Amino acid sequence: MADLVSHPDETRVVSQRFGKGAADINRHLELDGYKAVQKALQMQPDDIINEVKTSNLRGRGGAGFSTGMKWAFVPKQSDKPKYILVNGDESEPGTCKDRLILEHDPHSVIEGVVIAGLAVGAKVGYVYIRGEYRYLVDIMRKAIADAYAKGFLGKNIFGSGKDFDVHWHTGAGAYEVGEESALMESLEGKRGIPRIRPPFPAIVGLWGGPTVINNVETLASVPHIILMGGQKFADYGPPKNGGTRLFCLSGHINKPGVYELPLGYPLKKMIYEVGGGIPNGRKLKAVVPGGSSTFVLTAEEADQMNMDFDSFSKRGEFLGSGGVVVLDDQTCMVKFALRVMKFYQHESCGWCIPCREGTDWLKKTLTRFHAGGGLKKDIDNIKYLAQNMLGRTFCPLGDAAAIPTMSIVDKWRSEFEAHLEGRPCPFEPEGSRTISELPVIA
Amino acid sequence: MAEPKSITITVDGKSLSAPAGTLLIEACKAVGIEVPSFCYYPGLSLQAACRMCLVRIEKMPKLQTACTVQITDGMVVTSDSDEVRQARKSMIELLLGNHPLDCPVCDAGGECELQDMTFKYGAAESRYMEGKLHKEEQQWSPVVYFDRPRCILCYRCVRACGEGMDVWALGVQNRGSSSVIAPNQGDHLECEECGMCIDICPVGALTSGAYRYKTRPWEMKHVGTICTHCGDGCKTTLGMRRSDTGMDIVRGDNRDKSGINGDFLCIKGRYAFDYFDHKDRLRHPLIRRNGQLTQATWEEALEHVGKRLKEIRDTQGGQAIGVIGSNRTTNEENYLLQKFARTVLGTNNIDHHRTTDFAGFARAITGKQNATATMRDVATASSILLIGNDPTEQHPLLAWNIRSNVRLNRAKLFIVNSRPIKLRRQAAAFLQVPEGRESKFVAFLNGDDTAAGSLTSPAVSNDSLKQVRDQLRGAQDPIIIFGSELRGADIAALVKFGSGVRAMFICLGDYANSRGAADMGLYPDLFPGYVAADGPHNFNEEWGKVPQVKGMDIAGMMQAAKDRKLAALYVVGSNPVTDYSFDPAALQNAFVVVQELFLTETALLAEVVFPAASAYEKAGTFTNTCGDIQLLKKAGEISSVRSDFEIIVRVADRMGADTKKLVPFGKGVHADMGQSRGAQSGEADRHAVWLTANNLDPRLSPFDPMAILDEIQRLVPGYEFSRLNLIAGNDEHVTAAEHSNAGAGNGLVQIVPANDSLFTSGTLGRYSHTLNSVIENRRSTESKEVMAD
Repeated sequence: MADLVSHPDETRVVSQRFGKGAADINRHLELDGYKAVQKALQMQPDDIINEVKTSNLRGRGGAGFSTGMKWAFVPKQSDKPKYILVNGDESEPGTCKDRLILEHDPHSVIEGVVIAGLAVGAKVGYVYIRGEYRYLVDIMRKAIADAYAKGFLGKNIFGSGKDFDVHWHTGAGAYEVGEESALMESLEGKRGIPRIRPPFPAIVGLWGGPTVINNVETLASVPHIILMGGQKFADYGPPKNGGTRLFCLSGHINKPGVYELPLGYPLKKMIYEVGGGIPNGRKLKAVVPGGSSTFVLTAEEADQMNMDFDSFSKRGEFLGSGGVVVLDDQTCMVKFALRVMKFYQHESCGWCIPCREGTDWLKKTLTRFHAGGGLKKDIDNIKYLAQNMLGRTFCPLGDAAAIPTMSIVDKWRSEFEAHLEGRPCPFEPEGSRTISELPVIA
Repeated sequence: MAEPKSITITVDGKSLSAPAGTLLIEACKAVGIEVPSFCYYPGLSLQAACRMCLVRIEKMPKLQTACTVQITDGMVVTSDSDEVRQARKSMIELLLGNHPLDCPVCDAGGECELQDMTFKYGAAESRYMEGKLHKEEQQWSPVVYFDRPRCILCYRCVRACGEGMDVWALGVQNRGSSSVIAPNQGDHLECEECGMCIDICPVGALTSGAYRYKTRPWEMKHVGTICTHCGDGCKTTLGMRRSDTGMDIVRGDNRDKSGINGDFLCIKGRYAFDYFDHKDRLRHPLIRRNGQLTQATWEEALEHVGKRLKEIRDTQGGQAIGVIGSNRTTNEENYLLQKFARTVLGTNNIDHHRTTDFAGFARAITGKQNATATMRDVATASSILLIGNDPTEQHPLLAWNIRSNVRLNRAKLFIVNSRPIKLRRQAAAFLQVPEGRESKFVAFLNGDDTAAGSLTSPAVSNDSLKQVRDQLRGAQDPIIIFGSELRGADIAALVKFGSGVRAMFICLGDYANSRGAADMGLYPDLFPGYVAADGPHNFNEEWGKVPQVKGMDIAGMMQAAKDRKLAALYVVGSNPVTDYSFDPAALQNAFVVVQELFLTETALLAEVVFPAASAYEKAGTFTNTCGDIQLLKKAGEISSVRSDFEIIVRVADRMGADTKKLVPFGKGVHADMGQSRGAQSGEADRHAVWLTANNLDPRLSPFDPMAILDEIQRLVPGYEFSRLNLIAGNDEHVTAAEHSNAGAGNGLVQIVPANDSLFTSGTLGRYSHTLNSVIENRRSTESKEVMAD
């Protein structure tokens, strides 16, 4: 069990049951559990969708697409069964919020799935949990079984005459499967490789049926929206950025943890007040605002940013997944870029050329570069590689690898130059790395 | 179905129209704008993996893959700009990063798509310093090798194997830059060994065990000819080099996609040419001396055979001589052989190894228009009924066309078979009926509901039978394909049903020219074009006197031999001792002459054995089981063997026959009895094409098969095809069966299906190193089928 943190600025909506034993269905019911779904059973499907649209709920996985819109895309009539899919393949580096929801409040996810199903006319939902979250599978499995036992799932739920089934499924450990179409492939028992789109999942999804795929936090927000009303949820955040969000503070920060804050919360405040500032009196160098796939912010940029979708998209950047990683002034940005690239190289599915080969060569080049074997032309080459991946890969993983790399080269070029001519990394103690450790250059 | 409406788009400032729904890459290709791609392959599922076909489409934020975008009205596309070129160049750079660049020794060097793209988009400098990823080369089967470093992961092989062949023997292991194509058995393949994965590989990652490291593509002469194995007639391109024995076939592939087989070729077409230089290949005439077959000269052998046959004919009459022809010699040779038998030997005792009832088929469809389907039709028909046979094993191209049609056009396939043949996986309905009851199904089709009783089983209900019949009755222009399970009256009954739904038929026979053997009259009772020997015909006028009575079929000859009434047996490219269990003892006193490639069980009994040229060493035509006629091109020649055509002419000459009457060569020019290479080669040089097209070819040699083809086209109705088209390498459809005049059959037809598998091919298969080397040839039980993903 992860330690929970708190701060007075928090607005507890999704996290309101954290730490209260709500994984137990009876305790969950005491905490207003399963009331929203019963309310939704009395509503027309379009009214549910409109309520969600009013809430301005935007996808919490990182892309920030309007949830209500996504649901509205699902055709009313379909020859094939429709499905609700919970994307619990939370793998974005720096992001650990879905894990807490699944651990502390799994029933809110189940409830969200059923409400989404009522809204779009689906009768089956799948909760897909990343392979590394093995222990959460047990929690979710029990929660589903308990819900069935109470008659909340299965035939004639809540005596409404409607049926709804929820199944759990676990991944095999692939970041790529967080991409919605790859997740469907994985769930169907195939290699986790994205599909060609269009058609989009809302039209042709799981087993060819119309499918809604939402992030865990997104669906966990839905019951609260139904209970409190979309407008109230929307009012927590700035216009068009409804509600609160679980921000995962990590890195060089005094009080790391998951905090539920309204969208639009200033990043500076988040770091220095909510997170308690940077340890050892060091200064801020950079912030990864929402998982490793986002543009890395300098300290000056971070001071200006509000944490909502539109503040970032104005700059052509992304708010991302809520994983805020703070880097202090003793961090080597070359090493950071390398660490990020190691991740993407490891996770690239290999389907398309630019991502498969690009991440591999970036990793190799950055490894050599950080070890002191860099040449001046490598700096441009690293950027060139990233630029030629951006926007040209089969799925966004290539972009996710290119974006941080490009922003690091652009913003911290001097640190790259400091590594040139065989000089050791300026941020590592002298002598910690010898020339013999350099990779062999073929 | 209504044609999709045509819409207009703009590519690089040019306006072009294509049907709605066309993929952008195809729309561009149709007007000559090349959008490069590795992973896109027409007819296979879309991948969008190689990112080579990225183009700029107006109003789209990112570059788009032309291979997945369907055109929409008014779409404005830029396929050639600095941005697009840079995107393609960077893909090539990335691919070459880990590529071994061993082009100088790579089999694909010179015919490699990665080379071509690099040449076009330029990625001359490497941006990387680190070592390349390396993996050792693997041998997956005797014929398939895989070299991971060269692989660009376009997944064409995976799809060709899975979607195309329905074998699913290839997949992908690992992920990211460690991704690797893997065979189904972990370290080796168990599959149909078709080699499609090698052919479709754009680089040298998958290479052929038969060809690798033998030569460079530009060092070969490429000869497009016809496969000599099954009855489907795939075009195969032979890579030829000279050698000390005259020629070497280095490889077979289907780089020429113009054939009736399109992309397809099976293990036989690709590798099983290799019997041609088997060490047991006959290279000298043999004459039996003191009981032993001993090496002789051509002069001795021809003289001996001519003299003896003349003696027997003159003393005992032609009725004492039997002739057995071949399923694997050309139309011209078959025609010549029966003409030789009837006019020189003076006998109608001529037959061949009948693997299906083509004569019965001809009787059934005579006088009907458009009654036979071409192999190409199978790929487009809206519905197909298959009764009997196992095309996956016996007619691999037919199976491929059926599968492709079902996959790409949603054709309806109905199968009636006594075994669970693999094609059932594509079938809309599969009716497994008890062995031998296929004819009952035909009766049921014709409305005999009582026949259903003998067809039903737990798997086949009365209702399912009726459903299939209803669907077939409502089918539009279906193709009905049947194997040797149906004969004689059953075929007639099937044709009766099919005529009601305007069906076209395919009668399946084994071996490369079994249809040609039938069309050319290798029958004791039928002249060329299925003309009854005892009926009205004009062959007396054309050829001089021919025997008016029916001759003996193989069974009759066997009996006559036993009764010591057969004085001579002349066998061309056939092995009746094995195929028909012809009693060797019965032939003890007969004068047996055999023209063969190998010392078969029949040849072992011969008095004289002539070493014959294989179909790779001669020109002529083959008619496939559908009736598609194609040109067999002479790929080369090996020393000391002669074509069956030449041997027959020379024997006739030694018998004192007028060769000019036998082969209408010369047209007034003095006979050239020497080797006339140009005339025999059948090569389409432009002058020859022009001469032939205008029927002006002087045909200086009696060994020119085209001289006989002139006569065939003149005398066999249904063979009036475009000679020009044929010589240009295209297929033509012949309809001798529809024009037949066979009279009533005697009903006692001995059909002996070859029952070959993918890895056997009669006599030739026994001498193919490749067919005998693959482990699938030795599997004792049916291999496990793998379901599609």
